[in-house]
Amino acid sequence: MSQTRQTLTPAGAAGFESAVSARHISKNYGEVEALRDMSLEFPRGQLTSLLGPSGCGKTTLLKIIAGLLKPTSGDVEVNGKKVTGPGPDRAFVFQDFALLPWATVLRNVAFGLEMRGVATSEREARAEKYIKEVGLAGFENAYPHELSGGMRQRVGLARALAVDAEVLLMDEPFSAVDEQTRRKFQEDLLQLVQNENKTFIFVTHSIEEAVYVSDQIAILLPRPSRVSEIIRPSNFRSKGVDNIRRDPEYLDIVDEIWASLRTYVE
Amino acid sequence: MPNRALFLKLLSAVILFGAWEIAGRVPVSFAFPTFLESMGALLAMTLDGSIFEAYAETLKPLAIGVAISAVLGIAIGLWVGLSNTFDWLFSPIFIVMQAAPLAALIPLLVLAYGIGLTSKVLVVCIMAMPVIVLNTSGAVRNTPESFKEMGRSFLASETAIILRIIIPAASPVIFAGLRLGISAGFIGAILSELKITPTGVGDIITYSRSIADYPSMYAAIFSIILLAVLFLNLLEKIEATLFKGNQRDYVSN
Repeated sequence: MSQTRQTLTPAGAAGFESAVSARHISKNYGEVEALRDMSLEFPRGQLTSLLGPSGCGKTTLLKIIAGLLKPTSGDVEVNGKKVTGPGPDRAFVFQDFALLPWATVLRNVAFGLEMRGVATSEREARAEKYIKEVGLAGFENAYPHELSGGMRQRVGLARALAVDAEVLLMDEPFSAVDEQTRRKFQEDLLQLVQNENKTFIFVTHSIEEAVYVSDQIAILLPRPSRVSEIIRPSNFRSKGVDNIRRDPEYLDIVDEIWASLRTYVE
Repeated sequence: MPNRALFLKLLSAVILFGAWEIAGRVPVSFAFPTFLESMGALLAMTLDGSIFEAYAETLKPLAIGVAISAVLGIAIGLWVGLSNTFDWLFSPIFIVMQAAPLAALIPLLVLAYGIGLTSKVLVVCIMAMPVIVLNTSGAVRNTPESFKEMGRSFLASETAIILRIIIPAASPVIFAGLRLGISAGFIGAILSELKITPTGVGDIITYSRSIADYPSMYAAIFSIILLAVLFLNLLEKIEATLFKGNQRDYVSN
């Protein structure tokens, strides 16, 4: 099998360039150790999943990369620059969508541009373009409560795409939508990774979802949190979205990940 | 269907006034006039203009007190909600104010500020402000964490997070506090006119009672309730236009 597998190899060894590097990250909440000395490289233009059971600190790591949380020690670099807080090079997609209920779809999508001081006409034009791109044309003036869960997350995605950040951080973005919508989202995400020249960091607790969408999967284990292994599926990505789920390599990887995670699930 | 809502409101009014009319005709007490007698007295007061003179007097402490309570109350509420220090410093004052038996404290206010407008405005403020402050601060503190995180991750400044996220998110509860506070302010305005010096609507109530003109007394009470209801409706309209998406229509409506 052609899948390459390494444990904690530094960047470069696998022949890719890192867009984001997390180095020796530790995070304590008082006595509780959420992350201990975690290091991970995120290759440019690819999608990396953070996968693990609940409590393994995957969302904490994502928020540290976003600059929303400060690590207790260690640091994160995006394009070689140290992260000190949220920045224009990163955009976030939230698990609960975090849409402003009093603002229309258009204003929600344009929010990031508005905060960057983009003029009204320009930001509305750009927001409209991305609303169309996520398939919500015609809903510009709708309010979030008028949309279904799947449509709300499309708004969240459009908002993140509209600011044109190089790194897209997604915190379990599909966990609050129904199964069919989720499958469609996963297919769209593969398309997005291919078309947009962006680095995606994707937190999920679904093994199938991680294997389906990822170029690289980092498996995180809890107590204390650490990266237990990194899997880079390589063979089935080119076979088309319809064939991935029955590819033997896909099925093998799903099984192996479950075998290593099952002992951590109560 | 707005017609259905209007119909139900009218029905509710008819039931209430019908019950009043019946209770007045029984009569429950000789001091309790019927609805129609009271409306007749209200009409008489409107025609001879005395009700307008009374309101010119009553609206002074009411308007000043409500305006101060709304502006200052929301400002202090925001402050208290955003900072723990101010929470510890100010919250106890407003909790005490809300629980205080105001009628018993009025002599103290009169001692300190005399029987003029100042005391009356203070009574309105003491009635109206605590609930506005406490609602505002509670709502601000309960802004969903993910809204604030969203703001920060999309590079909103601290000011932008307060103005564009925290205040709109808190607005339904702030407006609920305003509604409660303003109704309490109306009570405070009448209370001050009954307890400090009888002027305006309070004078009509006191005077009519003293000469056993009960229809006029109840007409005055009815008019102040009507004014409060109309004002609260106006406030609701303002809220609906300001924060459109916060209003959720019921599908079955």
